[in-house]
Amino acid sequence: MARVDVRKTYKLYIGGAFPRSESGHSYEVTDSKGKFVANASLASRKDVRDAVVAARKAFGGWSARTAYNRSQILYRIAEVMEDRRPQFEEAVRQSEGASAAAARGQVDEAIDRLVWYSGWADKLGQVIGNANPVAGPFFNHTAPEPSGVIGVLAPQTSSLLGLVSTVAPVIVTGNVAVVVSSYARPLPAVTFSEVLATSDVPGGVVNILTGDAATLGPWLASHMDVNGIDLGGVAGLPRAGELAAELEIGAADNLKRVRRAPDAEPDWSTDPGLSPMTAFVEHKTVWHPIGV
Amino acid sequence: MAKNSTPFEYAPAPESRSVVDIKASYGLFIDGDFVDGRGSSFKTVNPATEETLAEIAEASEADIDLAVRAARKAFRGWSRMPGKERAKYLFRIARIIQERGRELAVLESIDNGKPIKESRDVDVPIVAAHFFYYAGWADKLEYAGLGPNPQPLGVAGQIIPWNFPLLMLAWKIAPALACGNTVVLKPAETTPLTALLFAEICQQADLPPGVVNIVTGAGSTGQALVAHPDVDKVAFTGSTDVGKAIARAIAGTGKLATLELGGKAANIVFDDAALDQAVEGIVGGIFFNQGHVCCAGSRLLVQESVAEEVLHRLKRRMATLRVGDPLDKNTDIGAINSAEQLAKIRELSAIGEAEGAERWAPACDLPSSGFWFPPTVFTGVTQAHRIAREEVFGPVLSVLTFRTPSEAIEKANNTPYGLSAGVWTEKGSRILHMANELRAGVVWANTFNKFDPTSPFGGYKESGYGREGGRQGLAAYLKSTGLKGGDL
Repeated sequence: MARVDVRKTYKLYIGGAFPRSESGHSYEVTDSKGKFVANASLASRKDVRDAVVAARKAFGGWSARTAYNRSQILYRIAEVMEDRRPQFEEAVRQSEGASAAAARGQVDEAIDRLVWYSGWADKLGQVIGNANPVAGPFFNHTAPEPSGVIGVLAPQTSSLLGLVSTVAPVIVTGNVAVVVSSYARPLPAVTFSEVLATSDVPGGVVNILTGDAATLGPWLASHMDVNGIDLGGVAGLPRAGELAAELEIGAADNLKRVRRAPDAEPDWSTDPGLSPMTAFVEHKTVWHPIGV
Repeated sequence: MAKNSTPFEYAPAPESRSVVDIKASYGLFIDGDFVDGRGSSFKTVNPATEETLAEIAEASEADIDLAVRAARKAFRGWSRMPGKERAKYLFRIARIIQERGRELAVLESIDNGKPIKESRDVDVPIVAAHFFYYAGWADKLEYAGLGPNPQPLGVAGQIIPWNFPLLMLAWKIAPALACGNTVVLKPAETTPLTALLFAEICQQADLPPGVVNIVTGAGSTGQALVAHPDVDKVAFTGSTDVGKAIARAIAGTGKLATLELGGKAANIVFDDAALDQAVEGIVGGIFFNQGHVCCAGSRLLVQESVAEEVLHRLKRRMATLRVGDPLDKNTDIGAINSAEQLAKIRELSAIGEAEGAERWAPACDLPSSGFWFPPTVFTGVTQAHRIAREEVFGPVLSVLTFRTPSEAIEKANNTPYGLSAGVWTEKGSRILHMANELRAGVVWANTFNKFDPTSPFGGYKESGYGREGGRQGLAAYLKSTGLKGGDL
């Protein structure tokens, strides 16, 4: 008799642990052909709030790490992903309906993107910071700092490359993230959270919730302890325009930094530029007199 | 004036008003000309005397539409003009501001109430410097590190406050124009006069019509400007409440925003600080411009071991501050900008007393007409007191104490705002540690309230987003078509 395989329970990732949804709810995840694959946890408002608490707790430590250390940890994520390639390829093939070759390509690019962002950790400040020649005897310089806790509505279509391309730029600068995965294609995100848990990323730095961005987004957007939000995952949802406007209105409650939803999900294979990182940094300027 | 604290008596030393020529009434500056508004009008008064200075047109929705259309029409030519030519217009404006500097300073002091020594030595020189600085960027935008092909956004709707009328105008208009945008700017309703004089300067500089439009009015005029469908960018300096309303108003549109909002800055004095310098910094931090400063050091956090000594020296110094005629060259503290603002300062100060803080102000002879408030300090303030949490926007200092650096950091950051902060200590490593830990866009160490066109200014958290000044200030007015991510 053939061996019966042991299936995985797909759970949330909050504060470095893998809880089920506090709500006890789950939803069916199917492959691109509609065949049942697994039950994913359906994150609730309470899960969002727990994740924000975990993220806030992690912010001080993560933002205080040296840029070199954050760089190494992002590189470590890439290493561990590389090690688990077959699993990611299978997950992408299954959820996106991609051919084996196309799925391999997505995984290649996702890993390479992490390596790319890893290198930015100790360079972004040099590229976008300044020494300012003020008209007086003062030392004056400007450098970027992380904004804080960032909500990320991950892309709905690109389940791995899109996810990595929105999470990496947030954390590389020292922010922490509360991520809502693609609703229909959440499993690569869950596997990614298992990589994060084994890559020296401190618990709470990235929290991943599987569920519906349209339901969870408003709680994240209006949460007073969230400092910024990436609305990328709104693209392609029903009534996306209205939802994006609602989320921006919620975000105004504490003047979150908002990365707006694009009209359609972008092509993730092109050069991202700096804006995914600069959307969630603050420029701090320090003055000191010069004298004897 | 302080009565009993100084052996010196100062004879009046008023700056002459003859240099300014205030008209009885002003229209709107649209498409290069002054035109009559279609709405009603309002008066602007001298807050030091309550005399009416002029009748000002209140721009209606239709007026705003005309101004935005003029700006849109001008955008085509202005944005395509070679940067080196745009630069020369801005250099011209900078030079005319210097040439007419005294006139601008006097007019600013009359309309706003700030002391002439500040309008003359701080506001106007930095205004000219701002235009000079951004003029030089106009033909160097591709070197700004903001992408390979930086392009202007279009028409910017700009709304500025009454505390630094001309300086805020410069912060808004200079970078916008350098990047090739055209603007519709609304000055505050209590301080429109220097913006209208700036319009004349644009005419003297032969700036192409429509590149700068000045529309006067109050909140509804500002709302109409923000809501106009052909405005691409909103730049606002003012209260956090209005900033949030603007963020909501542009939700779901393509409009971008720069918001410079409120603050409740901590000015932190350690026991090893040079105390006399620190006291000067505290005084400059909260009494500069009558405390009408979003980045004012309105919360003094002083280390417990030197609290008594610092307060003693602070009170002694406050007793020498001269409150009175803004045009007097010896005046340190001028008039509160409006009756409304004075009422707000009085209300919050009364609440400070009612909540148990101890109020002190030096003996002051305040003029009988006009809007005045003496320099005031509250001691025994806790973090829960409203005077420690809310922006008073007046010459009112709240004093709190701390024991350890980490307690100072926690208290300093315990606010929804994050605009500025001050640190006073002789220990270098402590300065840099505090600068790292303070969640504020500007940190002044062993100095306070310094501004420069090359130095980016703007807040964390609910103090808003975007930066004005410096290379970063360009990013607020450019999109980068060369990068996938769009605007940086």
